[in-house]
Amino acid sequence: MKPEQSLIFELSRPGRSAYSLPLCDVPQDEGLGSLIPEGLLRSEPVLLPEVSEVDVIRHYTSLSRRNFGVDNGFYPLGSCTMKYNPKINEDVARFPGLSKIHPYQPEESIQGALELMYTLQKDLAGLTGMDAVSLQPAAGAHGEWTGLMMIRAYHESRGEVRSKVIVPDSSHGTNPASAAAAGLDTVTIPSNDKGMVDLEALKAAVGSDTAALMLTNPSTLGLFETQIVEIAAIVHEAGGLLYYDGANSNAIMGITRPGDMGFDVVHLNLHKTMSTPHGGGGPGAGPVGVKAKLIPFLPQPTVAQNEDGSFSLDCGGPESIGRVKAFYGNFGILVRAYAYIRTYGPDGLREVSENAVLNANYMMHRLAPYFEIPFPGVCKHEFVMSGRRLKQYGVRTLDVAKRLLDFGYHPPTVYFPLTVEECMMIEPTETESKETLDGFIETMIRIVKEAEETPEIVINAPHTTEISRLDETQAARKPVLNCSCG
Amino acid sequence: MKHRYLPMTEQDRAEMMETVGIQSIDELFADIPQSVRYQGTMPMSGALDEYALLRHMKGLADKNADFDTHTSFLGAGLYDHHVPVVINHVISRSEFYTAYTPYQPEISQGELQAIFEFQSYICELTGMKVANASMYDGATAFSEAAVLAAGATKRKKLIVSRTVHPEARQVLRTSANAWGLQIVEIDYADGVTDLAQLAAAIDGDTAAVLVQSPNFFGGIEDLRGIEPLIHAVKGLLVVSANPIALGVLESPGRLGADIVVGDAQPLGIAASLGGPTCGFFAVAEPLMRRMPGRIVGQTVDRNGKRGFVLTLQAREQHIRREKATSNICSNQALLALCASVYLSVMGKEGMREVGELNIRKSHYAAGRLAAIAGAERVFSAPFFNEFVLKLPEGSSVSAVNSKLLKEGYLGGYDLSRDYPELAGHMLVAVTEKRSKTEIDEFASALEGCL
Repeated sequence: MKPEQSLIFELSRPGRSAYSLPLCDVPQDEGLGSLIPEGLLRSEPVLLPEVSEVDVIRHYTSLSRRNFGVDNGFYPLGSCTMKYNPKINEDVARFPGLSKIHPYQPEESIQGALELMYTLQKDLAGLTGMDAVSLQPAAGAHGEWTGLMMIRAYHESRGEVRSKVIVPDSSHGTNPASAAAAGLDTVTIPSNDKGMVDLEALKAAVGSDTAALMLTNPSTLGLFETQIVEIAAIVHEAGGLLYYDGANSNAIMGITRPGDMGFDVVHLNLHKTMSTPHGGGGPGAGPVGVKAKLIPFLPQPTVAQNEDGSFSLDCGGPESIGRVKAFYGNFGILVRAYAYIRTYGPDGLREVSENAVLNANYMMHRLAPYFEIPFPGVCKHEFVMSGRRLKQYGVRTLDVAKRLLDFGYHPPTVYFPLTVEECMMIEPTETESKETLDGFIETMIRIVKEAEETPEIVINAPHTTEISRLDETQAARKPVLNCSCG
Repeated sequence: MKHRYLPMTEQDRAEMMETVGIQSIDELFADIPQSVRYQGTMPMSGALDEYALLRHMKGLADKNADFDTHTSFLGAGLYDHHVPVVINHVISRSEFYTAYTPYQPEISQGELQAIFEFQSYICELTGMKVANASMYDGATAFSEAAVLAAGATKRKKLIVSRTVHPEARQVLRTSANAWGLQIVEIDYADGVTDLAQLAAAIDGDTAAVLVQSPNFFGGIEDLRGIEPLIHAVKGLLVVSANPIALGVLESPGRLGADIVVGDAQPLGIAASLGGPTCGFFAVAEPLMRRMPGRIVGQTVDRNGKRGFVLTLQAREQHIRREKATSNICSNQALLALCASVYLSVMGKEGMREVGELNIRKSHYAAGRLAAIAGAERVFSAPFFNEFVLKLPEGSSVSAVNSKLLKEGYLGGYDLSRDYPELAGHMLVAVTEKRSKTEIDEFASALEGCL
């Protein structure tokens, strides 16, 4: 067994250092206390580790080797769109002219950055069928909240009090949480036996208090809401608006657009559909697009083009919901997304979606004999299947997921959506080859055989990782949240 | 030409379609109503080959002035500090940057431990007991702190100093609208929060006092004076701090803060036009289970080996849905990693030294710039690396900055944008990067631009 991985604090040896700072070339004959009163200065030094540069690099390299990214292997995590993160995007985002720039520089000195943002706003509007886009939200959930705040402001501007947000039971947990954070109440409606929005339930739920319906389409089950036109009509007739959760946009680029389906507000997850890296949990970006009637409520600022062709920041009017983040959004992520769009162009993006959907359907068909597919037919970019047949051998979906680790795969999303028992949600994306899909499928079939014949192998997995299953109960009951090394 | 990111060959496609049982790709989309199908080519920018894209992006980059082409005296919440070279090498490890959130701990120990160490670093810097895995940025962390304080005290009144970053206050206003919270702003006196006005505003309905130190003007707030005022009514003290200043300034935790937030950008994170950066969020122990965002905890595996997991998830949206403490379901992991590597590189000595360099160089610059005829410093409160300079009567900061730009400088922030009473006042930031020569030459250039 390998020795335990040290914490950086445990490597500290007094007298070592890894920094190199500019010289102090200004007069320093006075003590610091003459510049800052002693009472404001730290009474004790910050107890940070004392390590050399080699220690730092070895430590973080060691940590990186205990982590699994898309570059390490297949990552079919449903609803997360773990596609390949192109390297050129990383390179261009690091150009000094795009990374070492300050948001408060005179506008004439950031024209290239503003042009990029302006073009991206237009491109994302074209992709989604919306009239305007704000690039400010930092993540998908942040985009949801921003969109709901605009919807609320829109209704209030018309003198209407509408406090209910309708979500299907298969929706992402962020939908109701974002509604709550926008001061709105959630009404959850059941799906029908085809996994779609139940029109009768929707009709019963809408009313004069309906602010919006939030919908992911294709849904988290990987299904396209075939009655989207009717759904939109029901919500609009009740005076509500339609919110599009763009988490699953990778299925529909160039094939259909939220704006054409009847949605009034949409957010996109650039860290999913537009290939920007997930970074181990962030940063992302969650731009929001709106139809014309919601433009006055967009968060401040957006980028506008002046008559002379130059670009400037537009701080909007009095109806704007205000600011949702410091500065102008996660610009470094916007740069990567823009480079991605320019790598494919509109026709290329359509091919992306076609391949993503074919990959998912291929996997679903090949795995169908071994798992239950609750909603057969065509899926979009992802599909769900149930592992409940394996329960008779004492094997749960979680065990299958852990066994996949032994074969070098990141498991699919498990136990979501909550509406499918022992659920696995698989999203291959378009950047995976047929051999990769086949390898994963064969492994899944092997795990099913193991479950039937030698279930303990599956139940006790993983066997090859540096750490076995962790005691999560202890972590939550007696939280140890920092090393208290100081 | 086959696209370089799309491995599916024509033969693969044919075989896969056969397995699925379809004749054409269109059949996969047959469930989408014809009336909403998109016909034609979407109105978007066109494709470029790799070389053309590099040229195009270089062209956009070249239209911007940057910290390499210009000498920056601009701060106002985002700073031109030296970024140690090793940071980019660490965050370029694709095991870190191409990973998702560490939901599968057995193959994510690297990221989980990195976050655990980040939480430990933030606790050490801020003097707080508990920190989370990070937030979108300093401004949203500030606003979430206010929401937490209101929830924890079951009170709706928040007292916010006008010396807090204007954009953080704007984000808070947006959020307060949603939650139905009342915001009372307190004016400043001599560049720091007016304590008399603050004392008068605090009452039994006050959830929290929210201040920033060093504040937007660079001034160090009198936290020792503020703390008893709010704790006397059982309200909370929220402090937004500049983490690089905490290498030399007393930690807010030791001075009695209940929540400490801020933006980690000064700790080795690229300016990137303001994002992505990384908010940090730390609380006193009683508030632990009310914290928003992800939290990593230490535990053991089946063999008793130390390991790390996402924990206290009962607070979060994927479990609690509308009852979650926040809708946030991500953190800024890669930027938190930048901050951790920065703090590892700097260590105990480096953090003290960089703080001292900022103080000494900015104070030298303050003296040098105040010597310009007609210019003066208007506040006398102690400051860290940023100060307010009043330009000679009738000067416009934005006009001066346009001239400075041509001389190769990014001038200081125009305070009239947020404080009408401070027209003609420039907020000047001086980090450890600025040399005495650069400061002297900037003083001459500024004089020439007046």
